[in-house]
Amino acid sequence: MTAPRKRRQASKPAAAALAEFMRRAYAMELEAAERYADFAAQMEMHNNREVAELFRSLAQIEHRHATSIRKQMGWKSAPQVLTAVRWLGREGPESGAPGELHYLMQPYHALEIALANEQRAARFFAAFARRSGPAAIRAAAAAMAREERAHARLVRQWLARVPRPDPGWDRDPDPPNYNGE
Amino acid sequence: MQQRDSVSLALAGSGGAGVMTAGNLLLEAAAQAGYYGLMVRTSGPQIRGGEAAALVRLACAPVDNLDDRFACLAAVDWQNIARFAAEIPLGPESLVVGDPAQGDPPPALAACGARYASLPLKALAKGIPGGWPNMVALGALAGLAGLPEDAVRAALEGTMKKGGAALAASVSAMRLGYAEAPKLGPFARLAPPQGGRRGDRWLLSGDEAAGYGAIRGGVRFVAAYPITPATELLEWMAPALAKVGGALVQAEDELASINMTLGASFGGVPALTATSGPGLSLMSEALGLAVAAEIPVVVVDVMRVGPSTGIATKTEQADLNIATRGLHGDAPHLVLAPNSVVDCVRTLRWAVHLAETLQAPAVVLADQFLGQSRAVVDRPADVAFAGGRKRASADDAAYQRYAITESGVSPMAIPGTPGVAYTADGLEHNERGTPSSQAPDHLAQLDKRARKLERADFGEHWADVEGEGELAVITWGSCTGPVREALARARAEGLRARLVSLRLIAPAQPERMARALDGVRRALVVEQNHGAQLLKYLRAEYTLEADLESFHRPGPLPILPGEIHRTLAQWGRP
Amino acid sequence: MSTASAAAITPQSFKSGVKPVWCPGCGDYSVLSSITKALAALGLAPENAAIVSGIGCSSRIPAYTSCYGFHGVHGRALPAATGLKIARPDLTVIVAGGDGDGYSIGGNHFLHACRRNVDLTYVVMDNHVYGMTKGQPSPTTEPDWDSKLAPGGTGLREFHPLVIALASGANFIARAFSGDPNGTADLIAQAVRHPGFSFIEVLSPCVTYRPEQRGWKDAVRPASVAVTDDPARAARRLMTDDGFNLGVLYAGRRAPYRAAPQHEPQSPASLELDFAL
Ligand SMILES: Cc1ncc(C[n+]2csc(CCOP(=O)(O)OP(=O)(O)O)c2C)c(N)n1
Ligand code: SF4
Repeated sequence: MTAPRKRRQASKPAAAALAEFMRRAYAMELEAAERYADFAAQMEMHNNREVAELFRSLAQIEHRHATSIRKQMGWKSAPQVLTAVRWLGREGPESGAPGELHYLMQPYHALEIALANEQRAARFFAAFARRSGPAAIRAAAAAMAREERAHARLVRQWLARVPRPDPGWDRDPDPPNYNGE
Repeated sequence: MQQRDSVSLALAGSGGAGVMTAGNLLLEAAAQAGYYGLMVRTSGPQIRGGEAAALVRLACAPVDNLDDRFACLAAVDWQNIARFAAEIPLGPESLVVGDPAQGDPPPALAACGARYASLPLKALAKGIPGGWPNMVALGALAGLAGLPEDAVRAALEGTMKKGGAALAASVSAMRLGYAEAPKLGPFARLAPPQGGRRGDRWLLSGDEAAGYGAIRGGVRFVAAYPITPATELLEWMAPALAKVGGALVQAEDELASINMTLGASFGGVPALTATSGPGLSLMSEALGLAVAAEIPVVVVDVMRVGPSTGIATKTEQADLNIATRGLHGDAPHLVLAPNSVVDCVRTLRWAVHLAETLQAPAVVLADQFLGQSRAVVDRPADVAFAGGRKRASADDAAYQRYAITESGVSPMAIPGTPGVAYTADGLEHNERGTPSSQAPDHLAQLDKRARKLERADFGEHWADVEGEGELAVITWGSCTGPVREALARARAEGLRARLVSLRLIAPAQPERMARALDGVRRALVVEQNHGAQLLKYLRAEYTLEADLESFHRPGPLPILPGEIHRTLAQWGRP
Repeated sequence: MSTASAAAITPQSFKSGVKPVWCPGCGDYSVLSSITKALAALGLAPENAAIVSGIGCSSRIPAYTSCYGFHGVHGRALPAATGLKIARPDLTVIVAGGDGDGYSIGGNHFLHACRRNVDLTYVVMDNHVYGMTKGQPSPTTEPDWDSKLAPGGTGLREFHPLVIALASGANFIARAFSGDPNGTADLIAQAVRHPGFSFIEVLSPCVTYRPEQRGWKDAVRPASVAVTDDPARAARRLMTDDGFNLGVLYAGRRAPYRAAPQHEPQSPASLELDFAL
């Protein structure tokens, strides 16, 4: 797994390089969608319906992004990309950090995660657009950055509409109930 | 001079005297001459050297046990020989042969009233360059027993395949001893051997027989940790498995060995481990897993004197409790016991078949006496068992690993089979194999696992049932030999009694037992342990019409026919 | 290792329908996803891979995959996997579990699996705690970590699994972080490809009993040195390591374990020649 930066090869015809860039952007969106779906499943398992639904919708949104890339590129079938983008030595910039979940978390927390993801993704594409390389790719990256910023704005508006959790939101009067094996 | 059907000979001496080599040769020679026989080894606590004795019983018919008395004890020296006084019972009719150069026999031996004859073993051996006293003793014992000298020579040739001067010296020394035998005074020889082709006989130990039976049953993977007296089984199996395309792994401990066998069996390869009591204790948790996840496996426990390290080189039947009751949870499983050296072939083959067919662990209780005794036996009939592991077929959309079936057995998917992958789980599960803590799933799976064993048809192999009459002896394992002999003696005196030697200990077979004991009013339960474990097991698992009495005593000394005959003889009195 | 015939093998193909019981936020979710990604990247068919585990939160993994699974008893995953791999060398066998399972109750097997060098991949989800039994110290727990069972801490120095693995003969040693599922997937795939016994220690936070481990994401960093096949260099590196360097830390060249040389198998009945007179 390498960051797209390393993949950039001057010798490659620009069209192929652009396709590769878009394939990776697609993989990134898809990974983000799958991650939200995983989060939703975790919340469902722990009876946190509200946040589960929220994560489900976020998953659908990311899925739509992936589909729109696919349409834009005119791919007949989903491209096979198993190893998604890594950035700054970690994973895809739009994938939510798995360690941030809590069974008592509230929609606000979920949206905070989503906001951080969109902002990270926007920064990633913006950085990409500033780098040297085929103009087509830089333009595509800039467009993606704009899109991610727009998503971030939407999430921020959404965030403003949900209540802020009280301090102590994670308090549970009972000890963990998993009885062990 | 009278002849006899069996003769018991002991050869004792200190480390370096070569008594075991001579004992083995005596057994080989008897086999060459068309006799049957049995050899038991015994030794002091020293790791190497120290005192040792070869106990050999030669006979016209197959023998599974030692006799009450030894007809002859030959000693290369008297060092510490008193330790064997209990193991080598002698009487006034016995003959003790000793080397005058070693002084008089110790008082403990003299006390039994045996006749003493001297034979200068060392001096005679000295006369032959490269000659050894044990070979002189071998010749003398063979001569006393009435084995043809040629048979002894053939045994030597068969063992010392390199031939040359060493063989020549051994043959000469043996001949010297052979020639001395008639001079040792009156001694009843063996009657002529029964007919039968020598080629139809085997010479093997119970450990080897068990290993062979396991491989014939289909075992191709063994993992084990060395422990006396199971080690010989493993040492025989290591090269044998390699020859048939299997593998043996020496594990880091018994926890590893049982779990390795479960892994291999999960992979579709019939697997076995062998151990003794301490190792079986360590395996107990994983046996629970084998029950719950329904993974076939065979565990051979070659029992020794316990608890703990106990007397590691001696025999006892005291692991019946742990084998039948030692698992946590409700854990139906199989417990089997071979009842002679050669029966280890059949019982292991059957155990593998049952474990595979019923997808359950089978514990086989052999013991040190069976495991480490070497015997000349009739080649066993080739009993193949039809059946085996039921496997799931590929891409069966409706497949459920733990499906509730009428027989309780559900097909097992073997890794590599597409479309039916599942997780074998020690957690209680539903039919699909998904973990479940729901009461109905637990009950259904408990019922399924119990039903497998309840519905299985164990056929006639469950026990050896012999004889008739209102009296019976119920026994198992290596006690079967002496019980059979005791019953033969009692029958010769007019007593009518039956034998039931259990090969299948668990699950209990109440209907078959009721048929076997139909009309029996009194039964003696014979076993070798301190706690009457079989008696208690029978009381718990069976409703028997007959009054049960118990003959039980612990190891380390093997049970002898006379001990049981005395009880039976009392029953014969009105 | 056989390659899947179906074209569309994706990480999703390696997930079963069973829903994990783990706490949300637990690192084990990500390790599960890394395993499925690695298997997909390796192009394996689910039926040709087996996931073997012991007992613990982390050991629940097998049933969450669509591979053949073996969820055995506590601490004995490595022996079960060893038996399976030796009996079925054609399968890809991955062993998974926790630090308690692998280093405490199963510690002896860990040593011997390393030295036996059977071609297995062992993924330990190390959270420095017994999660399943509600938060007791494990061999990798810090000496001063306070808990009900060891008030004020155990006072015992931590077990160093990577050093032990190296000293015991493991042929591939890596550290991963569950917060980097793609990196972890990549390491798992490399480990599976590497012959012999491959050991991957995955820092996998227990958010319930060790919530402070959420901070691990800021502590980890890629190891700044190239992979070595020299055990002496690897030893120096591991001994001075602070526990947060990620990547392949040793990739050796020992030949993997082989069962006895296989000849054309002989008929089992012919073995009776050993006894025949
Ligand atoms: C023989 C046995 N002893 C004790 C237990 C209880 N037990 C279950 S899991 C566990 C520890 C698990 O810790 P770890 O392996 O670190 O896994 P985690 O739950 O943290 O993933 C213990 C002690 C058991 N199942 N079996
Ligand atoms: S208790 Fe800890 S290790 Fe177990 S599932 Fe929860 S977070 Fe994970």
